[in-house]
Amino acid sequence: MPTLSILLVVSAALFCIGLLAALSRRHAIFILIGIEMMLAAANLNFIAFWRFAPQPAQPTGVMVAIFAIAIAAAEAAVGLAMVIAVYRHFRTTNVDQLDQLKG
Amino acid sequence: MSSVAFVIIAVLTLSAALAAATLQKLMHAALSFAVMFVGISAFFFLFGAEFVGLVQIFVYIGAVAVLIVFTILLTRYDVGKVRGFSWGGVVVAIAVFGGLVWAISKTKLVSVAPSQVEPLTVQRIGELLMTNYVWPLQCVGVLLTAALIGALILVMEEKS
Amino acid sequence: MNSWITSNVWLIPAAPIVAALLILAFGKAARREAAAFAVIGQLAALTMSILAFVPTLHSHGFRTVQNFTWFTFGEQSLRIGFVLDPLAAAMMLMIALVGLCIFIFSIGYMAEDKNFSRFFAYLSFFSGSMLGVVVANSLLLLFVFWELVGLASYLLIGFWIDRPSAAAAAKKAFITTRIGDMGFFLGILWLYHQSGTLLFYDGGHGCLESVALSAIGSSVTLVALLIFCGAAGKSGQFPLHVWLPDAMEGPTPVSALIHAATMVAAGVFLVARVYPIFSVGAVNGVTPSLTVVVWIGVVTGLMAALIAVAQFDIKRILAYSTVSQLGLMMVSLGVGGVTAGIMHLLAHGFFKALLFLGAGSVIHGCHHEQDIRKMGGLRRLMPVTFGTYAVGMMALSGVPFFFSGGWTKEEILHATSHWPRSHLPYYLMMIGVVLTALYMTRQVIYVFFGNRRAASEHAHESPGVMTLPLIVLAVCAILFSVVLTPAWPGLESYLTGHPADFDPHLLIQPMIIVSLALVGAGISLGIWMYRRADGIDPLQQTQPALFRFLENKMWIDEIYDRTVIALAALAARLSDWMDRYIWDGLVRGVAAIGQFLAKLTTGADERVINAGVDEGTVGAHGFGRLMSRRHSGQIQTYLGAIALGMLALILLYAWLG
Repeated sequence: MPTLSILLVVSAALFCIGLLAALSRRHAIFILIGIEMMLAAANLNFIAFWRFAPQPAQPTGVMVAIFAIAIAAAEAAVGLAMVIAVYRHFRTTNVDQLDQLKG
Repeated sequence: MSSVAFVIIAVLTLSAALAAATLQKLMHAALSFAVMFVGISAFFFLFGAEFVGLVQIFVYIGAVAVLIVFTILLTRYDVGKVRGFSWGGVVVAIAVFGGLVWAISKTKLVSVAPSQVEPLTVQRIGELLMTNYVWPLQCVGVLLTAALIGALILVMEEKS
Repeated sequence: MNSWITSNVWLIPAAPIVAALLILAFGKAARREAAAFAVIGQLAALTMSILAFVPTLHSHGFRTVQNFTWFTFGEQSLRIGFVLDPLAAAMMLMIALVGLCIFIFSIGYMAEDKNFSRFFAYLSFFSGSMLGVVVANSLLLLFVFWELVGLASYLLIGFWIDRPSAAAAAKKAFITTRIGDMGFFLGILWLYHQSGTLLFYDGGHGCLESVALSAIGSSVTLVALLIFCGAAGKSGQFPLHVWLPDAMEGPTPVSALIHAATMVAAGVFLVARVYPIFSVGAVNGVTPSLTVVVWIGVVTGLMAALIAVAQFDIKRILAYSTVSQLGLMMVSLGVGGVTAGIMHLLAHGFFKALLFLGAGSVIHGCHHEQDIRKMGGLRRLMPVTFGTYAVGMMALSGVPFFFSGGWTKEEILHATSHWPRSHLPYYLMMIGVVLTALYMTRQVIYVFFGNRRAASEHAHESPGVMTLPLIVLAVCAILFSVVLTPAWPGLESYLTGHPADFDPHLLIQPMIIVSLALVGAGISLGIWMYRRADGIDPLQQTQPALFRFLENKMWIDEIYDRTVIALAALAARLSDWMDRYIWDGLVRGVAAIGQFLAKLTTGADERVINAGVDEGTVGAHGFGRLMSRRHSGQIQTYLGAIALGMLALILLYAWLG
């Protein structure tokens, strides 16, 4: 039976892979993929803690995970809409070229 | 829970995630992205949070991954030109991983063997949603509405 | 009715002054109105003077005063007031009447002048101030009006402002009389200090009354002599006589009014007014201050008469004649003949004004020629002027019986002969009488007799507005003699309070024989000397050096120039140097310190504060530019930064436990 620490490490690894995806790819979609991954890793964390909580188990972890899923879905929708809007305006999804805020 | 299942699922999930992060072809990346969510659902099932696992499959794979595929299809014009990889991100990611692992190792965690947990029934979740968590539920409803409207506005054709 | 005017005597000086203000208000163009206001003002003053004069005839020793407090300081108060007594009433009458004649004369004389209105404003102002001198009951009030009279004289002498000689003469007059007035003011201060009051008559406490006089004590001579300084300045006594002949630069009516009849008489009037101060402790009518008055009067009278013999300007002869007559009046006052002196003053006012106006008529008729060598034979061309001038000349020379001057001169000689100190004034004044007749005869022969010379070719008689006052004054000069005879001493009794008896025996007296002889000698000498009447002066031919000495006024002006004026100029240059380099240098030094401090502050502000602020802003700018370059605009950069920040936080929390 895996210990909580191992679980936490796994979710941390997932989180960092998501971070990797968000930071190192040029395509805008990949950033969204990375963000979804990070959110999923956070959900994993919540469920892990819920599972390893002392008895009686409070349903808090599950409830938060449910809400997190809902929010992640909403955020993915909006993010994708933004990618489409940006694509329409700039004709590119290369985030390197989206540097209007360059100081 | 058996540790074997745990290891298999962990390996599956992490490799799928890695693939999603590093594959050059977008479609491949999106599909491995979906596989990763399958792995995470398996985790949930393993932990006894069946409802969440199912919801995960419905929402993430059924909706989010599909949305991503759609968007890739909609923005394919210069998909071939978008290549490139920044190693600076790798460094940051590894640094963060290292930090997190170190933080985890420093904490004293209750290393309790997971006992038989009574499963959280759907009925129970429904009751909780309507009683304890009714306010967050309504807020999430508003949030979803807002997101829906926002997304619509964002992609609306500009009136010229 | 009578009590109204006697208690409001101040109205008499007020009327002409109000007229002057009205003229000034109406402006330069209102010529007819100016003349009208002046004449009406003077007429009002004359009427009121007559009204005020009448009650003084009734009782002997009449005197009313109105005193009031001018201002108080602490516990002391300064009181001034007005007085009405025979002396004041007689003077007022003379001033008003002579003034009126001269005003009317001026309408014709100044008709072509541009500044007609200003002239009448000044004349009225003068008339009011002179009347104020006469009715003042306080030495301070008298001094105020005294100075106003001096101011009016200055304005009128320098009336023709575009003539530098007139401006210089006005300045000379003012400064010379100022010197006298300084002494006068010191006398006033000393008197106030000693006696505590400046009112003349104050119910027994006035400074001319016994209480105050005894309080003055031993310094009474000093006070008297200081006051005499002012009188000497105004009345042209030696050595302050130098301004009077130069004052002839003013228009002839001015010379007539101010420098013959009235203003110069103010000095004599002053001595008469404060006579009690002069005569305190008199031994046989002699005091030290009165003695000084006598000798100065003698010197003045003789000196001026000698100079008058050698003058060629028609007005200057009359001016020196005035100085001489004033000297005679001072002598009279000094020897104790106060009433004689005042009587001569009044008579002199009339006939001197007559002579000056006659001279003005001659000048006007000869088209502004004033040199008698260029005139001649005007007897037939200007008959009215000649007739009235002859009357004036005879009055001045002292022809007795019919002419007022004769009686008064005789009275003066009479008083002089009884002076206990010395008989020298008597003899010298007799010589003065001879000389007076001599130079007047000379003048009349030069101007009216003989051949017609240059200016008289086109001469004509003056218009009626000018000859009428001449006639009036001539008549007054004759009629006045009626009240002046010793046979019926109306004026004398009026002034002194003694009863008057008509005594025809007194018509013929030893003194009358003497004066007749003197006058006859003078006139006949004059006729004999100048009988040729051809414009050449025989004295100049026979005694050229003496003549030149007399003609140049005995070089007194030049002596003053070398001494007094040179000293004053030196003092002025010294003061200027001090002001320019010392006081000014101090001020500039202080200013330089201020400037230096200002430069210091500016430098500090610019180099230190501003530079500091500038460097600060540069640094902020540079830092800002540095930071802004960190912004790449790319999302992933920002995301990476957030991740690193989160890592740092995690480590921190983990570290802290």
